[in-house]
Amino acid sequence: MASIKGSRRRGLALHLPLIIGTLISAFPFYWAVIMSTHSSSEIFSYPPKLLPGTHFLENVRNLFDAIDFFGSMWNSLLVATSVTFLVLLFDSLAAFVFAKFEFPGKGLLFGLLMVIFMVPAQLSVIPQFVVMAKIGWIGSMTALIVPAAANAFGIFWMRQYMKTAIHDELLDASKLDGANFLRQYWHVALPVVRPGLAFLGIFTFMGQWNDFAWPLISLTNPDNVTLQVALSQLNGTHGTTDYGIVMTGALLALVPLLIVFAIGAKQIIGDLAKGAVRG
Amino acid sequence: MAVIEQSPPAVAQRPSPTGPKKGLRKYWHLYAAISPFYLIFLGFGLFPVGFSLYLSFHRWDGLGSMEWAGLSQYQYLLSDSDFWNSIGNTIIIWALATLPMIFLAMITAVMLNSAVRFKNLYRFAYFLPNVTSVVAIAIVFGSIFSTNFGMVNAILNAVGIDQIAWLNTPWGIKVTIAALMTWQWTGYNAIIFLAGLQTVPSELYEAARMDGAGPVQTFFKITLPLLRPTLLFVLVVSTVTGLQSFSEPQVLLQTSSNDSTFAGGPGHSGQTMVLYFFQQTFDNNDFGYGAAVAWGIFLVVVLFSIINWRLVQRRGD
Repeated sequence: MASIKGSRRRGLALHLPLIIGTLISAFPFYWAVIMSTHSSSEIFSYPPKLLPGTHFLENVRNLFDAIDFFGSMWNSLLVATSVTFLVLLFDSLAAFVFAKFEFPGKGLLFGLLMVIFMVPAQLSVIPQFVVMAKIGWIGSMTALIVPAAANAFGIFWMRQYMKTAIHDELLDASKLDGANFLRQYWHVALPVVRPGLAFLGIFTFMGQWNDFAWPLISLTNPDNVTLQVALSQLNGTHGTTDYGIVMTGALLALVPLLIVFAIGAKQIIGDLAKGAVRG
Repeated sequence: MAVIEQSPPAVAQRPSPTGPKKGLRKYWHLYAAISPFYLIFLGFGLFPVGFSLYLSFHRWDGLGSMEWAGLSQYQYLLSDSDFWNSIGNTIIIWALATLPMIFLAMITAVMLNSAVRFKNLYRFAYFLPNVTSVVAIAIVFGSIFSTNFGMVNAILNAVGIDQIAWLNTPWGIKVTIAALMTWQWTGYNAIIFLAGLQTVPSELYEAARMDGAGPVQTFFKITLPLLRPTLLFVLVVSTVTGLQSFSEPQVLLQTSSNDSTFAGGPGHSGQTMVLYFFQQTFDNNDFGYGAAVAWGIFLVVVLFSIINWRLVQRRGD
């Protein structure tokens, strides 16, 4: 009896703070739901509302009047999916080469890649802007897609993954069967590293979807922006921010992200942690 | 590409059934496969970094002709009180966010490690803040910390404390930004710490318990030393990202500053280094000075990372 009581008390002492933590994690989402369902006059009244209201559809309508929501969502989807596709292709190809082949200059090129990994983004913001302005990409989604199409982090991460995941015997066997480099990549390497690709893909998609600083600078036409930039316009342009509308926009912008996260949550949480422990 | 040709030929070459081809040509497909990254890097990485160094020795508004300025941009940077203010802001916000965050993340990880039930559910819930966009969540936090109708002031009022103008006072601004960062990154780091904890063999804990060690003693004598590599990783990542914070203060404070959307609120109290960089470059069109500021930021981040690295490494020895 006593031990059951003791373990119960221990369980409560453990789960109570964990539940409080969960509530704090979730609260801003709940708050956004509350605000997106109230009119601004309700929001500005005291005391703060704690339960959802009835003005959600009205806020949605006002949101669609205020910004080109679907246009900017399309831009975000276009950028995030193109970048994800290109990153998966280019990073996995390069990682496959670095993980499984020997060639002159390999050490040097890989060392260079690691140095690039550490160069902070601000250093390249101005020149990148100047280059893009010269070739006329400023204001278009190309300015977001091309520089992000391959990255050092992804190559490094995939290389670590491929080193152990792809067995040399498999490669040798496929070579004896007459498979060339591209066939080896497509038929031997890719099937084995699918979980790694899923992690990199989800990570890349979320990063691109949420990217803000560079789109804010490079998308100079306010009518043709990504969702994050459109949201920030919404927050800024009104003298007194209409929180009902802004919050509705913030909430709707989260939906695609939450879907992607829900699909890949197990993968991403597990793999992120693995990489960190390995150092 | 000349570099490649000069590299030593001491590379293990597998005998090829088709016989040796000439020189580097037989490797062409390998070079082709890694080329996209390096091409992008040449255009948008190497050239930009070199160009930004060149730019920082010039005066340029982005349109007219460049003027040689020597070291004067850097001299001005050293005496620029706005830049030093932004360094101070950044470090204060970083400390306000990172220290509680690491503490909370570790405690959460230890609790998650001993909780058997609902572990996956907790992990999901704690990771959720990290996948949401900073823009959306900064807007949400702006309203939670709003002076007149925010939740935080409502709670303070309920317990009899006067409301605080969070987004209008120097400390209120910093605390709000730090709260947002802590909220977004604690769960992420807790999951990383949890993975580190799971590599600690359970026999160690059993042995400690047999020797009569309490939970606190166990934590400091066993858990903390073994978590040091993970702690180092978390600290370095939080330093590099935290010192380059931009979106949080930009979105939270863009409307409350009257001179620039990058000003960081009243009295520039929330202007981080990167915000200052954006203000100089894209609001003042001072590309030369902006480049110098970017190099200044780079230096601060590197210095700070080294200091953190040293602190964590030495403490355990």
